[in-house]
Amino acid sequence: MLTDEQQALKPNNAKMSARDVNVFYGAKQAIKTVSIDVDMDNVTAFIGPSGCGKSTFLRTLNRMNDTVANARVEGDITLDGENIYAPSMDVVQLRARVGMVFQKPNPFPKSIYENIAYGPRIHGLASAKADMDVIVEKSLRRAGLWDEVKDRLHDSGTALSGGQQQRLCIGRAIAVEPEVILMDEPCSALDPIATAKIEELIHELRGRYAIVIVTHNMQQAARVSQRTAFFHLGTLVEYGVTSDIFTNPKADRTRDYITGRYG
Amino acid sequence: MTGPAVLLLLFGLGVAAWVSARARATRLQTAARNTGARGAMHSLPSFHGWYVALWTLLPALAFLAIWTNVMPALVTDAVLADPAAQGLPGDGFARGAILSEARNIANGTQAAAFNPAAQPLVAPYRVNTARYAGGGVALALLLAFAGGAYAFTRIRPDFRARTRVERLVMGLLLGASLIAIITTVGIVASLLWESLRFFSMVNPFSFLFGTNWSPQSAAMGYGNENAFGAVPLFWGTIFIGAIIAMIVAIPLGLMSAIYLTQYARPSTRKWMKPVLEVLAGVPTVVYGYFAALTIAPALRDFAVAIGISGASSESALAAGLVMGVMIIPFVSSMADDSIAAVPQAMRDGSLAMGATTSETIKRVLIPAALPGVVGGVLLAVSRAIGETMIVVMAAGLAANLTLNPFSSVTTVTTQIVQLLTGDQEFDSAKTLAAFALGLVLFIVTLLLNIVALRVVKKYREAYE
Repeated sequence: MLTDEQQALKPNNAKMSARDVNVFYGAKQAIKTVSIDVDMDNVTAFIGPSGCGKSTFLRTLNRMNDTVANARVEGDITLDGENIYAPSMDVVQLRARVGMVFQKPNPFPKSIYENIAYGPRIHGLASAKADMDVIVEKSLRRAGLWDEVKDRLHDSGTALSGGQQQRLCIGRAIAVEPEVILMDEPCSALDPIATAKIEELIHELRGRYAIVIVTHNMQQAARVSQRTAFFHLGTLVEYGVTSDIFTNPKADRTRDYITGRYG
Repeated sequence: MTGPAVLLLLFGLGVAAWVSARARATRLQTAARNTGARGAMHSLPSFHGWYVALWTLLPALAFLAIWTNVMPALVTDAVLADPAAQGLPGDGFARGAILSEARNIANGTQAAAFNPAAQPLVAPYRVNTARYAGGGVALALLLAFAGGAYAFTRIRPDFRARTRVERLVMGLLLGASLIAIITTVGIVASLLWESLRFFSMVNPFSFLFGTNWSPQSAAMGYGNENAFGAVPLFWGTIFIGAIIAMIVAIPLGLMSAIYLTQYARPSTRKWMKPVLEVLAGVPTVVYGYFAALTIAPALRDFAVAIGISGASSESALAAGLVMGVMIIPFVSSMADDSIAAVPQAMRDGSLAMGATTSETIKRVLIPAALPGVVGGVLLAVSRAIGETMIVVMAAGLAANLTLNPFSSVTTVTTQIVQLLTGDQEFDSAKTLAAFALGLVLFIVTLLLNIVALRVVKKYREAYE
C-alpha cells in the first residue's frame, strides 16, 4: 500500500510530469532542476516566497515563457507522456489543452458572450450559432457565473466586478475543453468574498481538470489543494500531500516558511 | 550714449548689485552663525544677490522700453514747437514727409534733403533727440540706483528673498507660455479680420458652395461674384490629403506598426524604427521634387499607355501618393503607441487560449487599439490637408472638380500660395480670398485635432 505522498509522485498517474527542468532568463537561472508530477484527480498548489520561481515554472507548463524574448527552458516536460517542448508539438494545440488563468483578471474588451466564444471560435469547436450558445452557457455555468450574467450576455466583459471578471476568465479557459488549468495567483487581485467564490469553484472543477494553482496565500493553498509544492530560490524544496506539508514538513526551510519565519 | 552701451552699463550695474548684495548677505549669515542661532538666515546669500540685482535691472529696463516708444513723439512735439517749424504745411502727408526726412538726416540714415523745407529742421531734431535720449538714460540709471539701493537696505536675516525671487521666476515662466498663446490669438484674429473683409466683398455662401474658382478673372475686373467658388479647392484638398494619401498611409503605417510591435525581434526594431522615423524628418520640399520630377511624369506615361484620357503631368495621384508616403511614419508611430498601450495581459490572455500571434492581433490587439489608431489617422489627415510644398509642386493649379486621379487638381494651400505670391495689392478680393481659405483650413484642422485628441485621450483612460 502506497502512502498518499507516494501516490502523488507515482509517474503513471501523472497528467503532466517535469524532469530536471531548468529555466534561464538570459544568464540568470530562475528554475534549478525541478522534477514534479501533476495528476488529474488533485488540485496542486505551488507556494513559496516572492521571486521563488513558482510562477515561472507554472508558465513553462503551457509554454507561455515562449513569449519572453530571452527565456530558455531545459529538461523534459510531458503531457500524457508527450514532450511539450518537442519540435513536433504545436504550441497552439498545447495551449488549448493546458489553459491558463492570470493574476489580474484580463477579459477582452468584448461582450461576455464573445469572451467565452473566443477560444471555441479560434479552435473551430462550434460551427452553428446554436452550438456556440450551448458552449457559452455550459462554460458560464461551470464557472459559476451563468445566473449572474445570463440576462446581459452582450454587455462588455470589462464592466463586470473583479471577481466576476476572474470567473469569466476561468469560464473562457474552460470553454476550449482543456485537460489542465493553470492558475497564476488567481485571487491576488480580489476581495475576500470574491476569493471565496473562486475557491469554491476550484473545488467544483476538481477531478474534471487537472488544476495547478500558484498562490502566495498559505491558507488558500491549505483550503483548495490536495498536493502542495514548496519552491524556494528556484528549487523545489518539498512536494507532498498538502496536510502533511502544513502539519509535518520535512525540510527546515518549508517549516520556517509555513510558520512565518520568512516570506 | 548708444543703446547697446546703455544696456551694457545697466547689466554691469546688475552684476555689481548681485556681487555686493551677496557679499553683504554672506557677512550677515556668518554673523548669525557665530551667534549660534540655527536657521537665523531665511534665504541663501545668492537669493539676496538675485533679489537686489533684479530690483536694479527690471525697473530701469521697463522704463527704457517705455521710453524708447514714447521718445519719438516727444521729440517731434519739441521740434514742432521750435521757431524753425513755423513755415511747415498743416497736418497731412507733406508735413509728415518733411518731418521724417529731417529725422533721417539727423539720425544719419540719409545724406541730404530732397525737400529744402526739411533742412532747417535737422538741427532742432538733433538737439532734441540728444536731450531726450540723454534724459532717458539718466532717468534709467537713476532708477537702477534707486531700485538697487532700496533692495539693498532690505537685506536682513529674516528677509524672504528666496520667496520673492522664486515668485518672479514663476512670473517669467508664465509670461513665456503666454507669449505662445497670445501669438495664436493674434494670428486667429488677423485671419478672422481679413476674412471678414473678404466676405464683405464676396458672399460667404457662394464662396463655400460655388464650384467655379477663377480669382484671376475677378482681378481683371469681371466681378467678384461666382469667381470665388472654393468647392473645387476643397475637393482637391480632400481628394489628395484625405483620400489618396490615406489609402497609402493607413495600410502601410498600420502594417509596419504591427510588424514592429508584434513580430520584429528587438534587434530589428532597434534599427528599423529610427529609419522609419527619418522619413518624417525629410523636408517636405524634397518630397515635392520627388513627386513633381519622378512620380508625376511616370504616372502620366502610365496613364497614357493604358489609355486614360485627361492625364496630366501634374496629377492628384502623384501628389497624394507621395504625401501618403510622407505620412506613413506619422500613422505608424501613432498606431505603434496605441498597440503598445494595450496591456500585455490582454495579449497573454489570448495566447494562453491557444490563439496564434496573428489571431491575437486581428481579434484582440487591433480592436482594442482601434480608437487610438483612428485618432492617429485623424491627426495625420489634418497634417496632410495643411501640407503645402508637395501639392504646390506636384498637384497643379487647375481648379478641376474631377474624380480622375490622373488629372490635375488644386488644393487650398496651393491656391493660398498662388494668391499671395508676386506683386499684390492687399485690399482686393483676390488676395483677401487667401485669408478666407486659410480660415477654413484652420477651422477644419482645429476640429480634426480636437476630435482626434479626444478620441486618443478617452481610449488611454480606459486602460489606466
